Amino acid sequence: MTTDATATEATDPEADRIRQAAERIAAGGPSAPVLGRDPVNQAMVNTWAEAMGDANPVYTDASAAESSVHGELVAPPAMAQVWTMRGLHGTRAEDDPLGAMMLALDEEGFTSVVATNSSQTYHRYLRPGEHVAASNRLESVVGPKQTALGEGWFVTTRTTWTVGEEVVAEMTFRVLKFRPVSSRPTVAREGARIIDAPEYADGVLRPVISRDTAFFWEGTQVGELRIQRWGDTLRHPPGPVDPSGDLDAKPDYIVARGTGTVYSYVVHHHPKVPGKRLPFVVALVELDEGVRVLGELIDAEPDDVYIGLPVRAVFLRIDEELTLPAWEVLR
Amino acid sequence: MSAYQRSNPDQHSRVREILSGNAAIAGIGATEFSKDSGRSELRLASEAVRAALADAGLEPADVDGLVTFTMDSNAEIAVARELGMGDLRFFSRIGYGGGAAAATVQQAAMAVATGVADVVVAYRAFNERSGHRFGQVSSAAAQQVNTSGIDNSFTYPMGIATPAATVAMLARRYQHDYGATSEDFGRIAVIDRANAATNPSAWFHGKPITLDDHQASRWIAEPLRLLDCCQESDGGVALVIVSAERARELAHPPAVVRAAAQGSGPDQYVMTSYYRDELASLPEMHVVGRELWRQAELGPSDVDVAVLYDHFTPYVLLQLEELGFCGRGEAKDFIADGRLELEGSLPLNPHGGQLGEAYIHGMNGIAEGVRQLRGTAANQVTGAETVLVTAGTGVPTSGLVLTSS
Repeated sequence: MTTDATATEATDPEADRIRQAAERIAAGGPSAPVLGRDPVNQAMVNTWAEAMGDANPVYTDASAAESSVHGELVAPPAMAQVWTMRGLHGTRAEDDPLGAMMLALDEEGFTSVVATNSSQTYHRYLRPGEHVAASNRLESVVGPKQTALGEGWFVTTRTTWTVGEEVVAEMTFRVLKFRPVSSRPTVAREGARIIDAPEYADGVLRPVISRDTAFFWEGTQVGELRIQRWGDTLRHPPGPVDPSGDLDAKPDYIVARGTGTVYSYVVHHHPKVPGKRLPFVVALVELDEGVRVLGELIDAEPDDVYIGLPVRAVFLRIDEELTLPAWEVLR
Repeated sequence: MSAYQRSNPDQHSRVREILSGNAAIAGIGATEFSKDSGRSELRLASEAVRAALADAGLEPADVDGLVTFTMDSNAEIAVARELGMGDLRFFSRIGYGGGAAAATVQQAAMAVATGVADVVVAYRAFNERSGHRFGQVSSAAAQQVNTSGIDNSFTYPMGIATPAATVAMLARRYQHDYGATSEDFGRIAVIDRANAATNPSAWFHGKPITLDDHQASRWIAEPLRLLDCCQESDGGVALVIVSAERARELAHPPAVVRAAAQGSGPDQYVMTSYYRDELASLPEMHVVGRELWRQAELGPSDVDVAVLYDHFTPYVLLQLEELGFCGRGEAKDFIADGRLELEGSLPLNPHGGQLGEAYIHGMNGIAEGVRQLRGTAANQVTGAETVLVTAGTGVPTSGLVLTSS
């Protein structure tokens, strides 16, 4: 299992590029400290304490603070990150390693981001008037991982907050940069006929996709009719277990030539089917490779269809998420 | 002619000893069959169960087991609450749509035969015309997040999205392989509607059709016409199952469960088993037939009345073949001489079937089998002693052999 995964990683050029980028960025070390827009100030503390529902008077009541262990007003430690936020129109520093790593992952198609977790360490309380600076470094980049959101990489950075030379707080921050299913690169297979068919989108019945069938639907998006293969055995519809019963076996797939003949067909007249115009023909096609695949036969008059009719695969691109396999008459 | 052999005496001896002949249907009940019941499905189920118990001469308090379809919307406990039943010792549900019908009786018979329960009621009730219509496209079926939804993802999005369309794919290939025609399918509809015409409980009472009517009816999913497709109905049916011994002491002559079987075949799907070497076949019904004949120690030639599931006419022809009444592809010739008519040698669906009486997911066919054995059917077959009843076709399914003794 582990051996397989390592072998896979070693031969995956995309993963190699990402790891190389991560090493390069990490080697650049921490970014230069960037000062916060404003020093620690009471107005921001008051607003934050109100919003968070933190009624501790040492943050907001000068007399109460005087009689506390602090002897004066202090800022809530959890505001550490607040003091160095860039604001709505701020831009990330050019040497910021998180920005560089995001860009590298964007380029490989991992375009979406979600923050997963962070942990902060506070070394001391801050006081109004102190000016905090932040510096970031890239700690780790781990992946590719299969997540519920899609395939992605976990990127962890470490932020250090300083006042002058003194470290006042630290944070590790982790995000998942992932590739949503709909934004897989849709470079069509050469010669594949992909037809934009947004008119089918209204109410079209969308497939339920499992781990076992995802490759088929990813294939239709790039104009490939992918048929699961277990050793020498082709299988459609696909499933998770080798037909010979070998639980250690792993499937791959072939890309079918896409040609075959009609094995049986239906001319659907009634009732209306979402995403179809009546009447329409659906053909169960026996591919040249020997398995049967179902799809709409889009360019034949019902009376011209017969069992044995040669057809070839086309692909109806409904929208970004769904491309349906279909057939046209092989002329 | 038949692919079936009388069984080896040692085979299946255990199921014969435990199950065959040890349970009986002692009560049948139904609501009216309509297109708009005007009441809830739970109300329909409750009425049907009460009627079946009254027919058997039993009270709700006597019931200690309930069985229904996974598709039924009425939980066993809800029916039990409405009717004031006490402790239940057995409850069970069967999957795969209409394929469940005869299997509910099998479940009940097994429970009774093993002593797990004494009085089990099997029921099915729905507003299938005024509520959720099975003939329409079911996006819920397509998008259920389980293996059935994943299976349906290779048919529904492509446009095979109604029961009629799923059957039409197989029917077309059947025509191609064996030369059957739309008229051959139509002959089944004509028989069903002729029988319904003289059954006062049937929706199409007084409304027979001709083969010309069938041929003039519009296409639904070619090669299926409107009159190849069963009705959509509101209604409920319930059956009371007790031991054969006890049944003999109750109100009516028992319909003895001589054999009860379920079946599914290799590479089985629900309505879309499109990837088998031979598409034009129903191997799951072959399994049911094989098991029934072995359990009952009977064969096709012993059957006096055939209640065959008829949601779509082509599947009646295929069932005749799979159950061993005739060889593969021979059904069109087997039925051509009027054999399936009331006066023929193998009367089919004397109540009118689901095309003529009502579509209650096959449960009304079981009730008809009981009436035939009691001698109380609207279209009574003289001397009926052995009835074959089958459940939904194209799905994992079930069947019964009921006998009068």
